[in-house]
Amino acid sequence: MPDEQFALEARGIVKIFGNHIALDAVDFGLRAGEVHALLGENGAGKSTLIKILTGAYQPDGGQVLANGQPVYLDNPQQAQGHGIGTVYQEVNLLPNRSVAENLFLGHQPTRFGLVDRRKMEREARTILSRYGLEIDPSSELGAYSVAVQQIVAIARAVELSGKVLILDEPTASLDRNEVERLFEIIRDLKARGLAVVFITHFLDQVFAVADRVTILRNGKLIETRALDDMSRTDVVRLMLGKDVAFSGATGVEDARPMGEVLLDFSNYGRKRSVHPFNLTIHKGEVIGVAGLLGSGRTEMARIMFGADAADEGEVSVAGKKTTIARPTDAIKHGFGFCPEDRKAEGIFGDLSVRENIVIALQGKLGWFSALNRDEQLEIAGRFGEAMDIRAASLDMPVKLLSGGNQQKVILSRWLATDPAFLILDEPTRGIDVGAHAEIVRTINRLRDEGLALVVISSELDEVVAYSSRIVVMRDREMVAELNGENINPGVIVQAIANHRDEELA
Amino acid sequence: MSRSLRPLFATAVIFAIAYALAVMQFPSMFSTRVLGNFLTDNAFLGITAVGMTFVIISGGIDLSVGAVIGFTGVLVAVLISWAGWHPLAAFGMALAVAALFGAVMGLAIHYLQVPAFIVTLAGMFLARGGASVITQDSVPVSHEFYDWISDLVIRLPGGGRLSFIGLLMVAVFVVGALVAHRTRFGSYVYALGGNTVSASLMGVPVARTTVGVYMLSSVLAALAGIVFSLYTSAGYPLAAVGVELDAISAVVIGGTLLTGGYGFVLGTFIGVMLLGLVQTYIIFDGTLSSWWTKIVIGALLFLFIVLQRLIFAASAQGEKAS
Repeated sequence: MPDEQFALEARGIVKIFGNHIALDAVDFGLRAGEVHALLGENGAGKSTLIKILTGAYQPDGGQVLANGQPVYLDNPQQAQGHGIGTVYQEVNLLPNRSVAENLFLGHQPTRFGLVDRRKMEREARTILSRYGLEIDPSSELGAYSVAVQQIVAIARAVELSGKVLILDEPTASLDRNEVERLFEIIRDLKARGLAVVFITHFLDQVFAVADRVTILRNGKLIETRALDDMSRTDVVRLMLGKDVAFSGATGVEDARPMGEVLLDFSNYGRKRSVHPFNLTIHKGEVIGVAGLLGSGRTEMARIMFGADAADEGEVSVAGKKTTIARPTDAIKHGFGFCPEDRKAEGIFGDLSVRENIVIALQGKLGWFSALNRDEQLEIAGRFGEAMDIRAASLDMPVKLLSGGNQQKVILSRWLATDPAFLILDEPTRGIDVGAHAEIVRTINRLRDEGLALVVISSELDEVVAYSSRIVVMRDREMVAELNGENINPGVIVQAIANHRDEELA
Repeated sequence: MSRSLRPLFATAVIFAIAYALAVMQFPSMFSTRVLGNFLTDNAFLGITAVGMTFVIISGGIDLSVGAVIGFTGVLVAVLISWAGWHPLAAFGMALAVAALFGAVMGLAIHYLQVPAFIVTLAGMFLARGGASVITQDSVPVSHEFYDWISDLVIRLPGGGRLSFIGLLMVAVFVVGALVAHRTRFGSYVYALGGNTVSASLMGVPVARTTVGVYMLSSVLAALAGIVFSLYTSAGYPLAAVGVELDAISAVVIGGTLLTGGYGFVLGTFIGVMLLGLVQTYIIFDGTLSSWWTKIVIGALLFLFIVLQRLIFAASAQGEKAS
């Protein structure tokens, strides 16, 4: 295909880590003015390929071509020089600096060798307005929401690079409206002739915005095709390499008998965080929490677990009044919490899989009954197998695992403490389809074993699939509790969208 | 007020109040003589603290600066008194040696991924040991150039004297502030302190910046050593022991966050002046042991660390909730 001109092309890329082949002769071509989705399960080699295209890694074989010319990208700055800009899932900007500086860092306009701050802020304002952002460029970036920071990151990448924009799971931490806004920006950039690489786990989003798709599996190129002649099933089949049947949103049979009451929160709340709510949780029940990002879902989970102390209301566990002011209180009552921000609040990246699994159990046992290595290995091994954690060794640092496997490790950590109540905040966010299914299966299994679970998720189909009851959060308030046949995405959306005083049917 | 300005503001207020209280007790402390001596007596500490400000903003620490001051003093004294070099040549040599020294530390920190604390601790022992190997005694310097420099003073009304070294410190602060706040290098330093991974993905030359920061710190420490040598007209291998800790204190009291990413060069100036004020007060009082200086500095340092925590914790919560 020498006659086909790519804005950016990778030919026969090989990358080897130790004795693991991360990329095996992968070709990837990107045309100007297209949105190209890059898909694959975690561990398929997407991030590795991206890091090679942005100069963060150097390939062990093959070459990268920009506009048909071979280029050597030793670092991200060189990639920028060739017109390649990247926006990562975790916004990689500097929250401690001003918005303008984040846009221009390394390229600040100077006068007499000094940074011309006024010019920089004026230009920043112009650029931001092009993306529909009316914010003060001299204010600290860290003061804005992730969505705004994401847009600033895109603006930076486009302004500096201008030919190729790589978006690595840009929508993972955005709510629906923000995603829509992002798509408008992407379409706009496409119309301006940029080549956009779009990486995501959400197939809907791929079909909404992408023109072509490249699918990787286990470090190998599976397919590059226009999306027009592909169906969702085709894509999933190519990603997984097998046929998977998706179970519809059937809901749980209504006749399920309620277990006994495990927890009762009454008028439980925290000022400036969550309005007081009432919630009774029974054994063997999964309560789904729906609501937009920022609606108070996570805040509710945090005060349930004592990560933030409630300042009003009461809680009783198994009929007895108690206080949960700290996570240690919660753990004593048999609670477990898998937080939303896995990397920052969930895993101990440098510790091994084994240590990550046993740490909550050890915390419960206390200082003086240390688990020895054999016991640790036995526990970690048991859960590693039960949860199908794919790690080369239980002693490897957990940060080297994919997102889905990290999530399984955190889940195992709490299961090892033999909990009565688990809170899962976005357990399936940013993880691949296989691990996703595994986690949903685990949720169902735990419910059948009599655990009580609270699961927060943005994926309505998913919440509907496993919840026996759904509470809906809006504006930091619990606005609805849905049962039985009301458990369907339509009703939830209505509840989220409804005004405060309208009663739900 | 942006939250990073708050500690700076607090330092300025505390300095103003402390100075006013001191003047109320000893009215003669409000004179050009005392103010002039403030600058002269703290010149070497101030110059060191400018370098330390950069290091701490970048998220690092430099424990070697006191030893570099001692080493520079000895090197300069020996080159002038024993080898017969002209002082300017000796100064150039000292600065070049320090630049190399800082570069090696920066390279080790970046490429070997060793914590700055360890690398500069090793640097501290090397420089201090090196100075003691050259000589164990105090080496006096008498050269007409030294006399000429110490005669370079601006006399102020009221008997005060602005010395060359005092003005040099002020100049270093001004240039330091410009570099920190108005150059790309300065923005890179803040970027490193904010988040090294983000910085490198944003195209910040992390290696060059890290090396540059430690070179700057060592060169300024050597300049402080030269100033110290002009101030004392001697080189002594055990001079300026513990100055690295005074410099770190001045930086932190001046509102720079020890974890990096936030801070002001001007704040460090106020920090240095506050330390100088404590010392001057104790001299004026005359009955207090000079160790009270350390106690007051300790208390101030603790106060500021707590203050910064509170400010940053409060604003972080405010953002989440609002």
